[in-house]
Amino acid sequence: MSEDIILDIKDLQTSFYLDDFEVKAVDGVSFKLPKGKTIGIVGESGSGKSITALSILRLLDHPGKVKGGEINFKGRDLTTLTDKEIRQIRGNEISMIFQEPMTSLNPVYTIGQQIRETLKVHQGLDKENGTKKAIELLKLVGIPSPDKRVKQYPHELSGGMRQRVMIAMALACNPDLLIADEPTTALDVTIQAQILDLINDLQDRLGMSVIMITHDLGVVAETCDYVAVMYGGKVVEYQDVKSLFRNPKHPYTVGLLKSIPRHDTDVDELEPIRGSVPSPKDMPKGCRFAPRCPFATELCMEELPSLDHVEGESEVRCWIYTDHWDGDAEVKAHGPKRVAQSN
Amino acid sequence: MFQFIVRRLLQLIPVLIGVTILVFSLMHLSPGNPAHIIAGESAPPDTVEQIEERLGLNDPIPVQYFNFVKDAAMLDFGNSWRTSLPVSEELWPKFWVTFELAVYSTLFSIFLGLIAGIISAVRKYSFADVSIMLIALFGLSMPNFWFGLMLMQWFSIKLGWLPPTGWGTPEQIVMPVITLGTMGAAVIARMTRSSMLDVISQDYIRTARAKGLGERIVIYRHALKNALIPVVTVVGLQFGSLLAGAVLTESVFAINGMGKLIIDRILARDFPVVQAAVLVIAIVFVFVNLIVDISYKFLNKRIDLE
Amino acid sequence: MRAEQVNNVMTQKTDHPFTRSLKDFYSKLRKNKSALVGGYLIIILVLIALIGPYLTSQTPEAVDYGVKLQGPSAEHWFGTDHHGRDIFTRVIHGLGITMGIGISATILGGIVGIFLGLISGYYGGKLDAIIMRMMDILLAFPGILLALALISILGANLRNVIFAVAIFAIPTFARIVRGSTLATKKLEYIDAMKALGASDTRIIFKHILPNILSPIIVQASLFIATAVLSASGLSFLGMGAQPPSPELGALLSDGRDFMWDAGHIALFPGLVIMLIVLAFNIFGDGLRDALDPKMKK
Repeated sequence: MSEDIILDIKDLQTSFYLDDFEVKAVDGVSFKLPKGKTIGIVGESGSGKSITALSILRLLDHPGKVKGGEINFKGRDLTTLTDKEIRQIRGNEISMIFQEPMTSLNPVYTIGQQIRETLKVHQGLDKENGTKKAIELLKLVGIPSPDKRVKQYPHELSGGMRQRVMIAMALACNPDLLIADEPTTALDVTIQAQILDLINDLQDRLGMSVIMITHDLGVVAETCDYVAVMYGGKVVEYQDVKSLFRNPKHPYTVGLLKSIPRHDTDVDELEPIRGSVPSPKDMPKGCRFAPRCPFATELCMEELPSLDHVEGESEVRCWIYTDHWDGDAEVKAHGPKRVAQSN
Repeated sequence: MFQFIVRRLLQLIPVLIGVTILVFSLMHLSPGNPAHIIAGESAPPDTVEQIEERLGLNDPIPVQYFNFVKDAAMLDFGNSWRTSLPVSEELWPKFWVTFELAVYSTLFSIFLGLIAGIISAVRKYSFADVSIMLIALFGLSMPNFWFGLMLMQWFSIKLGWLPPTGWGTPEQIVMPVITLGTMGAAVIARMTRSSMLDVISQDYIRTARAKGLGERIVIYRHALKNALIPVVTVVGLQFGSLLAGAVLTESVFAINGMGKLIIDRILARDFPVVQAAVLVIAIVFVFVNLIVDISYKFLNKRIDLE
Repeated sequence: MRAEQVNNVMTQKTDHPFTRSLKDFYSKLRKNKSALVGGYLIIILVLIALIGPYLTSQTPEAVDYGVKLQGPSAEHWFGTDHHGRDIFTRVIHGLGITMGIGISATILGGIVGIFLGLISGYYGGKLDAIIMRMMDILLAFPGILLALALISILGANLRNVIFAVAIFAIPTFARIVRGSTLATKKLEYIDAMKALGASDTRIIFKHILPNILSPIIVQASLFIATAVLSASGLSFLGMGAQPPSPELGALLSDGRDFMWDAGHIALFPGLVIMLIVLAFNIFGDGLRDALDPKMKK
């Protein structure tokens, strides 16, 4: 990876401290994001992908805390910054948009007031210049008659429009990094495509990097350059997007791909992954995915594999790709994808 | 919005009719012939008859009711059976005293309740929060007439700082307002806290933080404004019940307001005055509730559609 | 062991809807600490009110001018009043009276309110509109004012206080029960019952009422607190229990007359009123939180 790395997360650990036990929501996540690129963080709900995103900007709700690891952003470790320093980054160098556009805007302030607030806090713009800039931003995100919209309240806008407003707000200070936490999940299918196109387009024009949190591999295919697949609070696979779709390595990724409809293969039946996501209170001792994995051996059950490089930049957390593998030799030779297909 | 106000006003009509019927029946359900009460037990029959005629007591009940409502609308409640003065003349000075007491007490409870509630919410589960909520629970459970007596015992009898009775000077106002306002403060504090906690967990608060705003701005600009909407309702209801609750406080501090007037005249069987006082308080109460409803709707219309 | 299991199965099978609802209620109650604390407090207060009068050495009316207006002592724990009566004895007797007024007013008004709320919510339509408008009218009078107005007609005594307070319990119960009834009516099994030809009375009392018992108990607990405050307030004003009744509000009224000479007379009755109200408030609050997890956050 020779390009400029804008974000480098190393062994991130985030836990929620409940009354008498600790829930390790994110347990040793590492990935790198090159400048101007998009990384997708994919996983089922409960995999820790949203918590990872919130950890970056330290927006975790009460009992949650980042307890270890580094989040290096443009050479600074975000975990070591003071509250004031992290506030200067939020909405300025790193922006975030959320899953629920309906509830993510404050109902008692106008769109204009809410965009202006960001501009004032980071750039010191006064009301007049702020409004001008807000109108420009609304135009940028494709909102018709922006000069009227700035004066409206969130409830006067549709969900798709509100998500555009959220994006406009996020872009107000030309951030280097945009974190999009399931930005299209709550929207209608047609609107979803529009919002994704908008994010793609803006990314090209503004040259920012994007973290796209999603459970939808379709979204990944459409927007991402790299993908980190998360399971049970850990990254189980990291690849560039083409390799991932062509040659998924981790049995979980294989399962995920098989559970979505595709139009480029002849698979007739969708195959859901059997079993369910483990509860964070009751994590498997070995590989988190072992209880659901068709290839799991005793080793997988007992010991957690590490995230290792295989084939160039691809990384995978699976015993199959190590010398310790003592399971099915065919899986080792041809990879879980081929074997799974032939079964 | 306009439609809502019109509908609310229309709904008011049956309530007002009901209230006036209830108050009107007060006099008619009360034992004893009013004319006898006015003229005295040993009055000659023709005097009683004369009085009956003058008061219209021989008219059919619906006619009497109609006249009562018509006069009441003009703020004419007849004459007192005891002092023979027009009731409104006796009532208004006392109404303003009680009104003042209720307004000051409401302001006091808003001020104290909001501050306490916000501190509690912002520092959830801290020592301050637990203490405030405990005090509020006591404030809610305390008979305010007893609280008034205890204040009087300390600040008037033991320390001699404040005058034990009366109304008018700033020193006289302190204890009655604290007495009457404490329960309201407790209610508002609890409401503010739960409303703030509810709002703080909303998505838009996270958005505000994600924008890089300071915690102060997040709490006071983004959370508080939303959290106050349900509190407005409580404040309105408080004001109405304070107006009536003033009866006890006035009795404790010998304040010459509506409450004391009602009690005195119930004991003296002076029904026109009791009737008028009850009607006035009920109507103020109804209209305060109306204003609260409308303002809640107005404040809430932006959220309504979600 | 086996017999016990069989027994359990038997009781489960024959559980009346009310029993089931009460069991459900109890299991929720046990999970909330403050509801438990409030519950124990109430039980203790009720026990004192029931047993206490038999344990006190004096009678509440025993006059002894030799010891009038004395402060608390080993002989007279709460001191004596202007007739030399033992305040501790009077407060113990008054506790039962005051709590009794609050509870009976709540039960009386509650029954009427529950009934009105049930038919209002179940039948809807015009009947609902009429009942609810009537409730609006009652709610147009702030509680204590309505009570005063009624007492002015009925006369000031203990029975009328109960009646007056019960009247303003009606609309609060009716509203809550109506709301819960509306929600319960929508449940599918109620439709199924109707389809099976169950009578309205049977559905209302056997299926809806047990289902909405929890909010009713919460409301009853919170209203008893209000009722105790209002009733003792009325007695304090001389509009309720009359001397020499040791009702706590009436005791406070005595205490007021001797504020300058004997402050302790007013102190203890008020503290006991607060304790009663506190117990029912804690119980009701805790229960509401337990029943509505959304509120607990």
